[in-house]
Amino acid sequence: MTTRDWLLADSPTSRWQANAGRAYRVFTALLRNPLSVLGGVIILALLLTALFAPWIAPFSPTGQNLSQRLLPPSGTNWMGTDELGRDIFSRVVWGSQITLTIVLLVALISAPLGLLIGAISGYFGGWVDRVLMGFTDIFLSLPKLILALAFVAALGPGINNAIIAIAITSWPAYARIARAETLTIRNAEYISAVQLAGGGPIRVIVQHILPLCTSSMIVRVTLDMAGVILTAAGLGFIGLGAQPPLPEWGAMISRGRTFILDQWWVATMPGFAIIIVSLGFCFLGDGLRDVLDPKSEGKS
Amino acid sequence: MTTEQPALTSPPPEKLTSKRTRRQISAVATFLVTLFLTFLGLLAITFFIGRVIPIDPVLAVVGDRATQAQYDAAKIAMGLDQPLYMQFISYVGNVFTGNLGMSVSTGRAVAADLSRFFPATFEMATLGILIGVAIGVPLGVTAAARQGSWLDQAIRVVGLLGYSVPAFWLGLVGLAVFYARLRWVGGPGRLDIFYDGLVTPITGMILIDSLVQGEFDIFWNAVWHIVLPASVLGFFSLAYIARMTRSFMLDQLSQEFVTTARVKGVPERIVIWRHAFNPIRVPLITVIGLSYAGLLEGSVMIETVFSWPGIGNYLTTALLNADMNAVLGSTLVIGAVFIVINKVSDVLYRVLDPRAR
Repeated sequence: MTTRDWLLADSPTSRWQANAGRAYRVFTALLRNPLSVLGGVIILALLLTALFAPWIAPFSPTGQNLSQRLLPPSGTNWMGTDELGRDIFSRVVWGSQITLTIVLLVALISAPLGLLIGAISGYFGGWVDRVLMGFTDIFLSLPKLILALAFVAALGPGINNAIIAIAITSWPAYARIARAETLTIRNAEYISAVQLAGGGPIRVIVQHILPLCTSSMIVRVTLDMAGVILTAAGLGFIGLGAQPPLPEWGAMISRGRTFILDQWWVATMPGFAIIIVSLGFCFLGDGLRDVLDPKSEGKS
Repeated sequence: MTTEQPALTSPPPEKLTSKRTRRQISAVATFLVTLFLTFLGLLAITFFIGRVIPIDPVLAVVGDRATQAQYDAAKIAMGLDQPLYMQFISYVGNVFTGNLGMSVSTGRAVAADLSRFFPATFEMATLGILIGVAIGVPLGVTAAARQGSWLDQAIRVVGLLGYSVPAFWLGLVGLAVFYARLRWVGGPGRLDIFYDGLVTPITGMILIDSLVQGEFDIFWNAVWHIVLPASVLGFFSLAYIARMTRSFMLDQLSQEFVTTARVKGVPERIVIWRHAFNPIRVPLITVIGLSYAGLLEGSVMIETVFSWPGIGNYLTTALLNADMNAVLGSTLVIGAVFIVINKVSDVLYRVLDPRAR
């Protein structure tokens, strides 16, 4: 029996085998779509770049060299140099760490928060549902970027506050999805069985409802990552996100604004990094949705 | 639920119309209540941001060299000795009477500042949505009609770029290419410097004011300046509108009545633009409304890039000066417009689509 047969077995003998088999099926389905493969490759490249930044970047991201100011792209400085003579390629490489941190932390804060609020709301129903969903709807009908800006203004500029502000404004969408999923499973017979066996609400929600919400949540989080990257870059561009000399991509574009007419590379190069990574998340998210959650196609 | 109960007692036939009016009235009432609650939610959030998060708002006003007496006086003057819910009530009262406080950086009332800057934002966002609709809808329809062609693929890529290109970056690149290199459009700002202040503001929208006063030179100069920022904004709504139009059209084109029309020999142009397009006009209104609201938000970034004297620029300047009254005032205005557009397009959908009534 090969590994493949074990993974695709119709009657798995253990829970571990069933899970591995499902992951394998999703993976092979993703491989059939060229765009999601491209997306996966981009995200993998982002991970590797962030991990091995010290070895990939040829120069220091903060080392200034005023005799090398504003050089156009060349063999030594692949993306040129900025107004302090720093190598832009090295800064873009190191900046991937910041982008990855922001994306991961926002996902880790907002997705579980939304998941929990949505599951509680859907499971209990009644006034709990009405209060929680009223709250969620109010947040959903407010402009995200503006709210994030106002939160950062009150908390003070900086990368941590930017992460908090983005997370605060992005949980409501997840709460809505988790509630809709919970409503469809709440009255299933296996849930009644757990309840009859004496399972309390915490146990039902955590062990039997949340795991079933995760696949649609993964799809949505991946699709939202492009928006998170753009918001973070926007905060950096305005000067409220990562502070200098951190090589955050949005902040780098903002520094290059002054030189856009003559030294175009200073502002444009970090922009390409943002576009490629965001596109990667879009491609991967689209592919994941087709595999995991085909019903929701076409909805925004 | 309680409003439905009278129906059980089978009213005499002549009361039927009044029953319908009553249902409409209750629908309007529900709409107004949700609108009001959402506004209250927005106010609660801005209140929270302005009064609760800062460590000590009094210290921010009097400075750290103030004596204890000055500090206490300022605290009472700001109403901060009151319990939190009383502060919130007086905050709501202030907002509804148009008092948003003074701006530290401009030295004027925030409400006056906002009404001065709003027309510029409105002008740009409106032109942006017009561009988005005029190009996005035909693109989406064509993509659906020729599903799988190179055009369809290209439109798909444009749609995804709309989600992954930073608006401020596109604005900068646009300036570098179309203004600095090609000289096709005007630079930052609404007018060339020597035209500044020559039009008396009536609506505050230069395009309209200059036309009304017959100043065609100024009108063309304003057009030359607004084309690029409005097109950049328009690109983002175009991407979204084209994507949604395509997906609505694909739904319609797979319906049986479309096949029937084709079998009967109706020309393809009429099948697409009458049979398939007519039913999607209603959901498209919602999409356009949502993307219009999104443009107001997007204009914050674009205005910063193009030095466009609108609310977005005002907001970012205030953010950098820690001018909280101005920040919260702009947040309130943009948020309120956003909510109204959202809810109105939701209601329009229900009014126009007979199935949703």
